[in-house]
Amino acid sequence: MILTTLENIPGKSITQHLGLVQGSTVRAKHAGRDIMAGFKNIFGGELKGYTELLHESREEAINRMVEQAQSIGANAILNIRFSTSSITQGASELFTYGTAVKLD
Amino acid sequence: MFDLIIFLTLLALGFGFGQYLEKRHYKSIINREASLRHIPAIATKHLPHEFIPCTTQMVCGNVVISIDFFKKFVSGLRTIVGGRVSSYETLIDRARREAILRMKEQAVAQGANYVFNVKMETSSISKGQRGSIGSVEVLAYGTAITTQQDI
Repeated sequence: MILTTLENIPGKSITQHLGLVQGSTVRAKHAGRDIMAGFKNIFGGELKGYTELLHESREEAINRMVEQAQSIGANAILNIRFSTSSITQGASELFTYGTAVKLD
Repeated sequence: MFDLIIFLTLLALGFGFGQYLEKRHYKSIINREASLRHIPAIATKHLPHEFIPCTTQMVCGNVVISIDFFKKFVSGLRTIVGGRVSSYETLIDRARREAILRMKEQAVAQGANYVFNVKMETSSISKGQRGSIGSVEVLAYGTAITTQQDI
């Protein structure tokens, strides 16, 4: 499975368009991390716990998108975009989408 | 009276540590930017023909940075009179540059020469909550291009 933010893969041609695929996950941070983040908020600096959490969640969203693409028989996803939205207090949705295609 | 003492202590701690951490972070950003300058991050979508054949790989870097107590207080005062909130400007600047650096580091690890179609995405994790954590997340992502040609 090839993942890219470009609109085409150089040197390869698209044989079939399979439409939009997407993956999303909603994550909440746990209280322990929140307390640590509260301390960090006094001193400033990077919140490593959150960085990792969001990174993992994004991987999860990508995995779901890839699963969806595999189930419809694609071998590449082009033009991938990410989007983040906070739904309620303390939980955010990480969303990723792209175009599933079949390359030769 | 006791509350005031706590408040002033937090303000002093925020000012001291905040300034120190920010200076240290900027120093590290500038050093790493200099060492990663040979990998250009480009915002165009289309590859030049000379680059083909090449291999592509998606790379991304993210970072969450929190504001310190002193700056939060200053920005609170700023919202009364309006104008530039310079304390948040440096926060977001640091986050963006750090995210791009992490993306580039991932590209270097894969032996890539260029990063094409770089997109940025900014979000505040806890928006609009009272007494919430003032932090910003930046994600930078793009396609790392490995090409054999010298251009």
